[in-house]
Amino acid sequence: MIDRERSGAAEPELKIVEDATCTFCGCVCDDIELHVQGDRIVEAKRACVLGTAWFLNHHVEDRPACLIRGKPASVEEGIHEAARILAEAKYPLVYGLSDTTVEAQRVAASLADWLGACLDTTTSVCHGPSGMAFQGVGEVTCSLGEVRNRGDLIIFWGSNPAESHPRHFTKYSLMPKGLFVPNGRRDRTCVVVDVRKTKSAKAADIFIQIKPRADFEALWTLRALAKGLELDARQVEQDTGQPLAVWQDLVERMKRARFGVIFFGMGLTMTRGKHANSEALLALTRDLNRHTRFVCKPNRGHGNVTGADNVVSWRTGFPFGVNLARGYPRFNPGEYTAADVLARGEADAALILASDPMANFSQPAREHLKRIPYVALDPKETPTTRHATVAFTVATYGINVPGTVYRMDDVPIPLRPAFPSPFPSDQEILEGIERLVRQWKYPRPQPGLSLRPAAAGSLHR
Amino acid sequence: METHGDQRAMAEEKFILIPGRTSRQGCGISEGKFGTNYREEIQTLQMSPQDMARLQLKDGDWVRVATEHGSVEVPVVAAKADELPPGVLFIAYGELSSRLMGADTHGSGMPTSKGLDVTLTKCSPPEMPAGRHTPAN
Repeated sequence: MIDRERSGAAEPELKIVEDATCTFCGCVCDDIELHVQGDRIVEAKRACVLGTAWFLNHHVEDRPACLIRGKPASVEEGIHEAARILAEAKYPLVYGLSDTTVEAQRVAASLADWLGACLDTTTSVCHGPSGMAFQGVGEVTCSLGEVRNRGDLIIFWGSNPAESHPRHFTKYSLMPKGLFVPNGRRDRTCVVVDVRKTKSAKAADIFIQIKPRADFEALWTLRALAKGLELDARQVEQDTGQPLAVWQDLVERMKRARFGVIFFGMGLTMTRGKHANSEALLALTRDLNRHTRFVCKPNRGHGNVTGADNVVSWRTGFPFGVNLARGYPRFNPGEYTAADVLARGEADAALILASDPMANFSQPAREHLKRIPYVALDPKETPTTRHATVAFTVATYGINVPGTVYRMDDVPIPLRPAFPSPFPSDQEILEGIERLVRQWKYPRPQPGLSLRPAAAGSLHR
Repeated sequence: METHGDQRAMAEEKFILIPGRTSRQGCGISEGKFGTNYREEIQTLQMSPQDMARLQLKDGDWVRVATEHGSVEVPVVAAKADELPPGVLFIAYGELSSRLMGADTHGSGMPTSKGLDVTLTKCSPPEMPAGRHTPAN
């Protein structure tokens, strides 16, 4: 980081932060130049429309650092109350994690372990089905740098980066001049497959509009064609909404490519079929490696959702939906995932970190979350913080808090904060809660006493 | 289910609803989820111009969109050019789109959140603006 400070007569001091990292989406652009005046970012050079909104709207807000049942309280009181709620619960849930640093995610995983909680991240309602598919099929993958330097056939399937990852095209996938694609866009062919003619489709050379909920059928058609099987043209068009000739042309382009890439989005994972859709795409990618080099990558949404997958994996062995109640990790999407644990009315307390299930979950899940005591950490007021028993206003990662995040291709990127915040970081709050939970549930053993955890009723108040 | 508005003008129509991201919704998250930009974006339904004409709807008319899990009442606007094919609706992700999805994740952890079967009827605008919702039962 290079900070250049210039003095102004009446203006607040202007600070320039070079190579700052935007953590709004999974592209994690780390080439942003921030102009900072006091506790506000006034300009974010090279940021996209989403990054600009991210940087210019995260200033120090006039809100209490902690609310307990809607009333202002000190951070220390909040930590104590949060620890009490979680330590007394029989089936706590720790959920979210995707918009905070790796360092905070690590503490959240430890806390879940001490609590014997269900640990789940927003991956479960994003690319969780793809995570299941990775386990079933495997993933032929690469870094975004390889896409930039090698990719000559770029396919977006059920993904609309023009709106969700606006610099994807210019920084990695379409426009850059790379080592083996020296003419940039002219050396690449772009195909978009979607049910809508999105803004991304308008940037494509070929747009293939399929029937809604026909992703699996279309991908299986491509697998069959890649293997040289003959198909019934009438059936293919009826199943996919496109003539067989369109799919034959795409398969031939895939085989001819020197380095093909499929970026896929939640058009696959959120639609009927879910992990089966992702499995079909991964299997197609694997099959194409009989003919040429082909890779695929999920386009990840939140700034550090990939970090959440990595941290939870290296702490528990599984990427999301992990139950730690028996003292060892168990993985079972549909059973230990937050949307299910809440909708079935199982969790009796929750810690919601950097996510907003009150806006994004199903009605039964939200109604249950409203009924139980829960703790929420967020830099902004959200529907989730409004209903929280204990709500912490925290500093924003990347803008106020240093640390590490993982780009969508699993590359770790350092954060370069712009200005300090009076609010604590997620990590500080979580470490405070963890310290109390450990003291109460696992007091230091006395000579001759049992090592079993203390009963909930004996917690210090 | 609670009923609002005037349904005389239009019978129940079947559509497939695709909730998704938009730039404005993404910016609205950073600006604040209780701000005008975000609220307007997640509370506006898009429909193909062909379906708008067929159903004699104009921009700003109010419709009720329902699944077996809940219903919401929102203003409808015509999608730009050919972004949406007939029979398909679009709404930005948010509280209203979530009210239309069921809790069952089919063993995946992910509720079916796109490609939802919905019914649509015309309704009268609310006295309080934007985003009325009536959970099933």
